[in-house]
Amino acid sequence: MTLQTPVFGGARRERPGFVWAAPAAIFFTIFGIVPIVVVLYLSFTKWNGLGAPEWTGITNWRALADDGDALHSIRITGQLTILCWLIQTPLSLLLGVWAAGPQRNRAVLSTLFFLPLLLSTAAIALTWLSLLDPNFGLAASLGSYVGVPDGNFLGSDDRALYAVAAVISWQFVPFHTLLYQAAARQIPVSMYEVAEMDGARTMRQFISITLPQLRNTIIASSVLVVVGSLTYFESILLLTNGGPGTATRVLPLHMYVKGFVGFDMGYASVLAVLLVAVGTTLSVLIVRSTGYHRMNSDREGMSG
Amino acid sequence: MHRRARLFHIGVSLLATMSLVLTGCGTTGPGGSRDKIQVWALQDPQNEPVINAGLDFFNQSAPVRAELVTYVNDAYKQKLHVSMGSPNAPDVFFNWGGGNLAEFVNANQVVDLSHALAARPEVRDAFLPSVLAVGRISNGQYGLPMNGIQPVVLFYHKGVFADAGLEPPKTWNDLLSLVDAFKSRKITPISLPGSQGWTELMYLEYLLDRIGGPDRFSAIAAQRDGAWRDEAVIRALRMCQELAERGAFGSNFASINYDNTGASKLFATGKAAMFLMGSWEYTSQLSNNPDFVERGDLGWTTFPTVDGGAGDPLNVVGNPANYFSISASSPHVRDATTLLIETLSSDAYVEDRVNSGQVPAVAGVERKLEGTPNAEFATFTYDMVAKAPSFTQSWDQALSPAVGTEMLTNLQKLFLSDITPEEFVEAMEKLS
Repeated sequence: MTLQTPVFGGARRERPGFVWAAPAAIFFTIFGIVPIVVVLYLSFTKWNGLGAPEWTGITNWRALADDGDALHSIRITGQLTILCWLIQTPLSLLLGVWAAGPQRNRAVLSTLFFLPLLLSTAAIALTWLSLLDPNFGLAASLGSYVGVPDGNFLGSDDRALYAVAAVISWQFVPFHTLLYQAAARQIPVSMYEVAEMDGARTMRQFISITLPQLRNTIIASSVLVVVGSLTYFESILLLTNGGPGTATRVLPLHMYVKGFVGFDMGYASVLAVLLVAVGTTLSVLIVRSTGYHRMNSDREGMSG
Repeated sequence: MHRRARLFHIGVSLLATMSLVLTGCGTTGPGGSRDKIQVWALQDPQNEPVINAGLDFFNQSAPVRAELVTYVNDAYKQKLHVSMGSPNAPDVFFNWGGGNLAEFVNANQVVDLSHALAARPEVRDAFLPSVLAVGRISNGQYGLPMNGIQPVVLFYHKGVFADAGLEPPKTWNDLLSLVDAFKSRKITPISLPGSQGWTELMYLEYLLDRIGGPDRFSAIAAQRDGAWRDEAVIRALRMCQELAERGAFGSNFASINYDNTGASKLFATGKAAMFLMGSWEYTSQLSNNPDFVERGDLGWTTFPTVDGGAGDPLNVVGNPANYFSISASSPHVRDATTLLIETLSSDAYVEDRVNSGQVPAVAGVERKLEGTPNAEFATFTYDMVAKAPSFTQSWDQALSPAVGTEMLTNLQKLFLSDITPEEFVEAMEKLS
């Protein structure tokens, strides 16, 4: 074994050393770790944003158990996550695979379809708010065709969450489509050629080749949907402000309302810590349970 | 890789990070030049020219120049709250008086203007007492009214009423029969932007005042035990809920938004017959639906009386005004005080306000209102406020922000019949 010229630190290594990661680590420490530590501290205090925080021990954490709205918002967050996943994954998977085809009309259509990616979340939310106006929007004229003659989407306890999930999905499906399109193009054509020789039809090819080959993309996209749904905030703030009542008040919005509308920073910090914990746990769980972290090759059966 | 070497690297990086963070905290940050009096207010085409004219006049003779910085409405409260504790606090800031101002006062961040006013009693007496009172917090005068009064008014569509051969309501029972009458004509009786709780609050504010008088809310604002459990509060809540259940607001009111002018348009197009809203609705209809106002279809009246109610029917609720206050950390407290005292009640400032279509909270302004383009409505609101024995501030501004937001959320649930009046009261009682 020949001795490599040391680059940094003088030690021999297989992977780049910590110095390589320093810029990212410093950045993450300032904008990630430090705020989390501060928020953890604030969660044990009473503070309205003015003056100095006052240490109150676990009072805020006790209040969490009594806060029906917090438990409710966790449930809403879960429902929204599931809804978003159920809408976005099949849609963007099919669209992505379709858009991966070489035909020109597909290229044109998929370019058009990616347009929502270019719009800001606020613009999208405000546009949909106008479209969903029960008297003057699209909801007024088309509502009766979907069984809602009074156009009451955002103001109904039952429908508001679905409306919000639809708007969010409309915004993010193009992004996930892009992921699937890129991944689908990576699948070797030879696989399909062999399958065709064996007499497999399109449907069979999709199930036996495309889906397994897209496995890691499905996982990556799902992680993004699930963890991302914990941060959906501005669309909901602008569309319903968590209403009617608390029907669409997700955990981040509940935190915002407590912290920046009610100025109860201590309790809002409790919710923030909760959010960090839930987000981390979820992404670790998904990545572990799917074996994604082992980075297995999905070219099983291919030589090379 | 040696474990110790890695730890060393991590330690060095963390140290570097911490020193960056610490030095970051030590500097004063941007906006360090404090040679001007910074006046913060909301972006508002109606307000800005008037304030600017006032500042210009002050700047002609003052040792320190004053400049106006404006912010959009939505984020202003957050922006102000965050900056008040920092070195970037404004010298003079726009606020709503009441509970929001009290938060700053309790943190010793606002200058008490009582002494300055005592030296100039004619300035103090120039303002309408009921309006000045909202800027008073625990015996100190911390805010001075800086713009027009905004009482809540019951607007009605004269064209729709004339077609149906009906009269605007005088009593609560009138209102209920009007609801039934308009419903049978397939017209939404009252436009209510129920996606925003503060629009529903106006009904509760007026009803409680009509039923029990202003003291019931004073007790709530003073956080007295059991103030929410008051019989009058429960009755007012029940009446709100009955009104919604009767179909007064249509079936989709919780989807209607005020900020995208959905509710105002519903009313202006005659799809709804009435609209309970702050007096600013007049100006907003004038700019959004000018035909509607110029045709003379926009009518207005006071909130109906309630039979057997203890409250004076002349009482008014709404936003008495917006206020200017001075932050205690300002290096220009003395000059800023002079600015407010000399400007806000001056003839030129009041006249500019009147010309911009507002009704300043200044006694005797009715003479100035005559002959202005919207004199009829302006005189109506002035008389309404000047004659009112009590002017209750909008509850969401009067209460502390934490209680105010919970109240609005629960009110939305109440109007949707998700909770009962008793559950509303218990939820609020638990908070205070």
